[in-house]
Amino acid sequence: MAHWRGLFCCRALIRNLGEGKGEEVEETAPNLIPRRVINWLLGTSLAGLGGSILYPVLRFISPPDIPEPATAEVEAGFTNDPELLERGFKIVRFGAEPVILIRVGDTDFRAFSATCTHLDCIVEFQKEDQRLWCNCHNGEYNLVGANVSGPPPRPLRAYAVNLIQGQNDQPQAIVISKS
Amino acid sequence: MTKLPQKLIEWLEVRLPLEPLRRAVEHKTVPTHRYTVCYYLGGMTLFLFLIQVVTGILLMLYYRPSASEAFESVEFIMTTVPFGWLIRSIHSWSAHLMIFFAFVHLATVYFMGAYRKPREVTWMTGSMLLFLAMAFGFSGYLLPWNQLAYFATNVGTDIAGAVPVIGEYAVRFLRGGERVGGGTLSRFYGWHVAILPAITTGVLVIHLILVQILGMSTPPSLEQEARKHRPMKFFPNFLLRDLFGWVLALALLATLAAIFPGELGEKADPFAPAFKDIKPEWYFMFMFETLKVMPGGEFLGIEYEAIPILLFGLGGLILLFVPFVDRNTSAGTGFTVAGLVITTYVVGMTAWGYRSFLPILIAIATLLVIFLFGYPQRRSRKKGE
Repeated sequence: MAHWRGLFCCRALIRNLGEGKGEEVEETAPNLIPRRVINWLLGTSLAGLGGSILYPVLRFISPPDIPEPATAEVEAGFTNDPELLERGFKIVRFGAEPVILIRVGDTDFRAFSATCTHLDCIVEFQKEDQRLWCNCHNGEYNLVGANVSGPPPRPLRAYAVNLIQGQNDQPQAIVISKS
Repeated sequence: MTKLPQKLIEWLEVRLPLEPLRRAVEHKTVPTHRYTVCYYLGGMTLFLFLIQVVTGILLMLYYRPSASEAFESVEFIMTTVPFGWLIRSIHSWSAHLMIFFAFVHLATVYFMGAYRKPREVTWMTGSMLLFLAMAFGFSGYLLPWNQLAYFATNVGTDIAGAVPVIGEYAVRFLRGGERVGGGTLSRFYGWHVAILPAITTGVLVIHLILVQILGMSTPPSLEQEARKHRPMKFFPNFLLRDLFGWVLALALLATLAAIFPGELGEKADPFAPAFKDIKPEWYFMFMFETLKVMPGGEFLGIEYEAIPILLFGLGGLILLFVPFVDRNTSAGTGFTVAGLVITTYVVGMTAWGYRSFLPILIAIATLLVIFLFGYPQRRSRKKGE
C-alpha cells in the first residue's frame, strides 16, 4: 500500500524530481504492476503522443483542395489578330488552363488544350509543317489534336471554336468554349 | 534472439565511435541541491527552440514574404490550410515561452554565479542566444504584415535612429530603405529564416558543447549541500525528467494554441492612422515604457530619447561581459543586489506597460515553483543539522 501512496504522492514526486532517487525506488519496490503492462501503457502513450503530433503535421503539408473557378468560354480576340496571321497560333488563357488556338484556314480556327499529354509542356503550332509540336520531347500532334509521333500517349483535348460576326465590316470575334 | 534496437546499435558501433560517447554519457552527473530544478531550464529553452524550427519550416510552405501577399498567405494558413491555425499558434506561443524560459535561465545562472571561471564563454554564448532570440521575435513580429506589426516595427526601427552618429544609417539598414515597406518585409524575412538561424546554430553548438564539457556548475554557497546528496546520473535520470518536462511543455503549448490562437488583425496600411495601442512584444515592453516616460528635449546635442537607448545598449554589453566584470570567486553580494534591482525594474516596467499585475504574478509564480522544487532539500538539510 505504501508504494501506491509513493506513486501518487506529490511530495514524493517532487522529491524524486529534485534528487534523483528514482532508481532507488525502482530497486526496493516489488512489482505491483507487471513490467509488461507498464511497458505497454508507456508504449501506447508514446505512440499516441507521436500520432497526435504527426497527424496535424501531415495534414498541414498536404495542400488544401481549392476548387478553381469553372470557365465555360473565353473570347480570344478577332480573326485578323496579327499574331494569328503571322505565326498561325496563339496561346489563350482558359481559366487557369493554357489553350492553343490555331489558324488552319481563313475561316478554319481550331483550339486544343496546349498542355502536352506527355509531361505537361506547352505545345506550339508549326505553320510550315502544319502540325502541333512539343519541343520538350519531340511530341507531334496532327491538326485534329491526335498524337501521331513521339512520346505523347493521348490526343490533345479539343475545344469548340465559334466565330461571331461583328457589326458592319468589323472582323469576326473568336470564342472558345468547352466542347 | 537479439532485438532489433540492439542489432541497430551493434551495427552503428562498428561504424561510429559510439563507445567513448556512451562512456561520457554514463559518467555525466548533475549536482543535486535545492536549486537542481534550474538545470532543466536550458534544456526547456532548447526544446522550445526546436519546436520553433519545425513549425517555422512548416509555415514556410505557405507563407509568401511580399507586402501584397504576406497578410493573405497568413490568412490562408489560419483559415484554409488543415491545422494551419495550430501550427501558427504553436509557433507564436512557443516563441513566447522560449524567450520566457531563456530569461529565467539567464536569471538563475546569474544569481547562482554559474558564469564564473571556467564558464565565461558559456555565459557569453548564452547571452548572445538571448539577444538572438529577441531579434527572432522582432523580425518575426512583422511577417504577418498586419497593422499592429507594421506600426510596432515603425516605432521599433525608428528607435535605432536616436543613436548618435550611426543612427540614420542604422534605421536605413534595418528598414532596407527610408520607410517600412515591402523591402523591410523581405529583409526581415531573410533575417528571420536564414541569417539569424545560421548565426544561432553556430552559437548554440558552441554553447551546448561547452555545457557538456564543463558540466553543471554548483553555486559556491551550496557546495556543502551538494556534497551531502548523491549527484544525479545524467542518463537516464536527468534526461528522463527533461523529457517529462518537454511533454508537459508540449501539452501547455497545445492548450494555449487551442484556447488563444494567434490573432491576425487587419492588413497593414501605411496610409492609415496609427493604431491606438501600439505595443511591442512583451519582452521589449520594459524598454518601450522607459522610452515613453522620457521627456522630449536635447542635452549637449543628444536627444533625451537617446539616453535610455544608449543605456540599454550598454546594459546588454555589460550583461555579455559579466564574467569579466565580476571577478569575485565567492558569491558577490553587489552583483546579486544589482541583478535584483534590474530584475525588479524589468518586471515592474513590463507590468506598468500593460497596466496589469500579470507580469508580477508570473514572476512570483516562477520564484515559487523554483523554491517548491527545492523544498525537500531544504527540509532534509534542516533535519540533518
